[in-house]
Amino acid sequence: MSEAKQYKYIGTRSIRPDGFDKVTGRANYGADMSLPGMIWGKILRSPHAHAKIKSIDTTKAEALAGVLAIASYNDFPSVADEVVATGEGSSNLLDLANNILAKDKVLYHGHAILAIGARTAAIAEQALGLVEIEYEVLKPVLDVNDAMAADAPVLHDNMFTQGLAETPTKASNIAARQEFKMGDVEAGFAEADLIVERDFYTPTVHQGYIEPHACTARYDADGQSMLWCSTQGHFDVRASTAKLLSLNLNRLKVIASEIGGGFGGKTTVYLEPVALILSKKSGRPVKMIMDRDEVFKASGPGSATRNWVKIGAKKDGTITAMQALLHYEAGAFKGSPVMMGCMTAFTPYAVPNMYVEGYDVVVNKPKVAAYRAPGAPQAEYAAEMVVNEIADKLGIDPIDLRLQNAAKEGTQTIYGPKLKAVGLVECLEAAKNSPQYQEALKENQGRGVAAGFWFNVGGQSSVTLNMNPDGTGTIVEGSPDIGGSRASMQLMAAEELGMPAENLKPIIGDTENVAFSAGTGGSRTTFATGMAVIEAAQDVVRQLKERSAAVWNLTADQIEYAEGETFSGDNRMTVAEICAGAERTGGQITGRGNINARGAGPSFAVHLCDVEVDKDTGKVDVLRYTAVQDAGKAIHPSYVEGQLQGGAVQGIGWALNEEYVYSADGHMENAGFLDYRIPLASDLPMIDAIIVEVPNPFHPFGVRGVGESGIIPPLAATAYAVSQAIGLPITDLPCSPPNVLKVIQDNA
Amino acid sequence: MAKIHVNTSINGEVVEFLCEPHETLLDVLRNDLQLTGTKEGCASGDCGACSVTVNDALVCSCLVLGVEAEGAEIGTIEGVSNKDQLHVIQQKFLEHAALQCGICTPGLVVSTKKLLEENPNPTEEQARYYLAGNLCRCTGYDKIIRAVMDAAETMRGAA
Amino acid sequence: MATVIFSGELEKLTGDIRTEISSTVYRDMVTELVARYPALSRQLLEEMAVAIDGVIIVDPLLEELLEDSEVHFLHFVAGG
Repeated sequence: MSEAKQYKYIGTRSIRPDGFDKVTGRANYGADMSLPGMIWGKILRSPHAHAKIKSIDTTKAEALAGVLAIASYNDFPSVADEVVATGEGSSNLLDLANNILAKDKVLYHGHAILAIGARTAAIAEQALGLVEIEYEVLKPVLDVNDAMAADAPVLHDNMFTQGLAETPTKASNIAARQEFKMGDVEAGFAEADLIVERDFYTPTVHQGYIEPHACTARYDADGQSMLWCSTQGHFDVRASTAKLLSLNLNRLKVIASEIGGGFGGKTTVYLEPVALILSKKSGRPVKMIMDRDEVFKASGPGSATRNWVKIGAKKDGTITAMQALLHYEAGAFKGSPVMMGCMTAFTPYAVPNMYVEGYDVVVNKPKVAAYRAPGAPQAEYAAEMVVNEIADKLGIDPIDLRLQNAAKEGTQTIYGPKLKAVGLVECLEAAKNSPQYQEALKENQGRGVAAGFWFNVGGQSSVTLNMNPDGTGTIVEGSPDIGGSRASMQLMAAEELGMPAENLKPIIGDTENVAFSAGTGGSRTTFATGMAVIEAAQDVVRQLKERSAAVWNLTADQIEYAEGETFSGDNRMTVAEICAGAERTGGQITGRGNINARGAGPSFAVHLCDVEVDKDTGKVDVLRYTAVQDAGKAIHPSYVEGQLQGGAVQGIGWALNEEYVYSADGHMENAGFLDYRIPLASDLPMIDAIIVEVPNPFHPFGVRGVGESGIIPPLAATAYAVSQAIGLPITDLPCSPPNVLKVIQDNA
Repeated sequence: MAKIHVNTSINGEVVEFLCEPHETLLDVLRNDLQLTGTKEGCASGDCGACSVTVNDALVCSCLVLGVEAEGAEIGTIEGVSNKDQLHVIQQKFLEHAALQCGICTPGLVVSTKKLLEENPNPTEEQARYYLAGNLCRCTGYDKIIRAVMDAAETMRGAA
Repeated sequence: MATVIFSGELEKLTGDIRTEISSTVYRDMVTELVARYPALSRQLLEEMAVAIDGVIIVDPLLEELLEDSEVHFLHFVAGG
């Protein structure tokens, strides 16, 4: 490898430009915007998991003093059976509309039916109680096994399984089948000395962002409609809301507020179109905020899955074949991330024979949304558990076994291309050399290792860099900043311009003052929007040279630029001088970077988890944790570490405690943070973050996205540590005290 | 419904407001007084995003009624910094990158301030248990705890 | 000649695992493939991303193909 480049700003731990506002409470989030004359909207939700709506009577609600508008499915001007971009790639418009206001059937407990706008939130709540709805209650299906049974109640009578040799004529809950194959698994298993196969279960989990969905809408008939909302992608909110309300894009401005966490869950719309309809009907601005229980019951969780994995290996540790059968719950509407589960399950391994089959299955639960590396944690959990079991049974160190079979540059993937430069081997070596791996374990303690792979995405980003007459600049980008990305944009622009970071102020533009940008998701922001920032900065440098050339009566190619100055021979001008004189050389300077970024580099992660299990209660304590991940180049190391640590802990929560609990009739019974227990400060040790840097050859600074991979390994690292501590196999998550105790007692 | 007149003190300033009997202190702060630095994460006392002090007790303002502010002294995130001079805790949160999305940060700053008033020299474990009522979904708490421990040390040095 | 490699699902429509194409730009390649394989439609191909020499490209309309390029069609990947 060549010598690492020396950077002046990149790689420093600068103070984030939005930090002051966030530690003082000044930063404005989704629920923090109020407008004169504003009213409040609340949503009536289904008490049933599966039912036909026979009639709705809103007479009494409408008569309540203070009620100003009621919105239902019929208020969508026209809904076509078409696909729109919604940030999760794409979404069927009919399903989207039906999910945010049910048409004639409710498909999960908490499914939105209608909305009421009233002078106060309390009046709106009161009015919801006056709406009379007659239901024909249907039997719910709550698990893929039940949903796939031949006699299962069918959620959608127009859904016919896609991806089969022949599309069936009988409707079912199986939306689609996927298949990926490489080599010959049967031949691979025939070569194996050891074959391990197991079934795994992972429950429905929620992203658990602390800020509930919230928005403020103001409809204006003259074309100045406005939405203020907490979202990962305000251009996507604009696209779906405008489509649902039949508006041209230039008649709806969407402003992205500060966002209080998303993790994929804020890549679609729930409240925004409804608030705009209520505003249209009432003639007043409307604020809507989900209660926490609404967030759990009705905003996108991550898929519950039932997955089977079979792996064969030779005595020397060579893996010869890997096979999986994946079943992912999509929730009430098709579109689970099972395909990405298929594509990621075995990608950490260079094995010639692989076969993965996946099913997308609808059930009477909320429609799933993207959740950090959507689809990957569930499939890779199953794969990594079996890999660990193989290592144990062969008596090979689990890191050595992975090193022996590790994917590297040139490895053929099951989803098509060969991998370019990746850092899995480097991550495995770093994990092996980590302080934690040298620690000895005591009685009732166990250690788990797991790897994780995620593609990362690129896509469209637009940036405008406006230079001010004093030589400072404003970076206008279109990617909502969830985890400190403005600091990274600032550092990349500073590096490119050779100017102090504090002279460059990054802001998130609304949908009118910056061109289309894809949302913050897929670990794309520092990579793709960063590339747009670099391009905009290069555009500024080009113009600075041109302006200097004009002043010195030279040509631009005779001008050099470095450290915030142009120079040629004895001539020198600072950026401030050039910008101050810009009015005389052609007007103010604006740099542009409007790109569709390609070459996103995958980020591999390797985690180590040490636990101690109390065998009397089943309680698991995480003793030590190390998260290693390839960042390509860490622009702001603190926020990269933060992604590793945050991903690890979210994954630990998934492994140890988090799950949706449903009653037999399909009621979600733990829709609150008390009972859906995400990790607390007191549950955890420090999380050692080790950043590996194998540069992505397709990014000017070598950046790889780091946001998602870190949630993949914790499931298997933690669960395998538990199984080591109790000496029994673990297959079902979460490893909560009752579940772990049951495994111990069942094997006693 | 008749509104109730409440006299209180918020961040050292005399404040009067009218509120419905059922309104929470959180709703009064956010919706009636435009003090939106205090955040709502759950409205059920589980997440700590709405942490404030009432007569020097650390509480979730979503579990306190607005009328209970009568005669009380309320402390919110807006009162932690001295104009533009950040409190040491706030400064340390920034230096340690102890926030990502930042929605839990006001509550954590208020809780940390109370922790360090009660116990200027906490162990890591004491800090973790004291702050267990403040949920953060982004950071994994590592950098938060480091910021808290560093703030404690700095404040002890200055005392 | 660049090589196109078909995944399991496209293979069902083409009957081939791989084929050589004379096009030097993605746009022309789609035309060439649709002409060669009646079961393929322009819409189907254009809804998929491609990987050209290992680099995943979501909107490849104007991408150039080299003499030894390897092209894979793959499903659009979105993140969280």
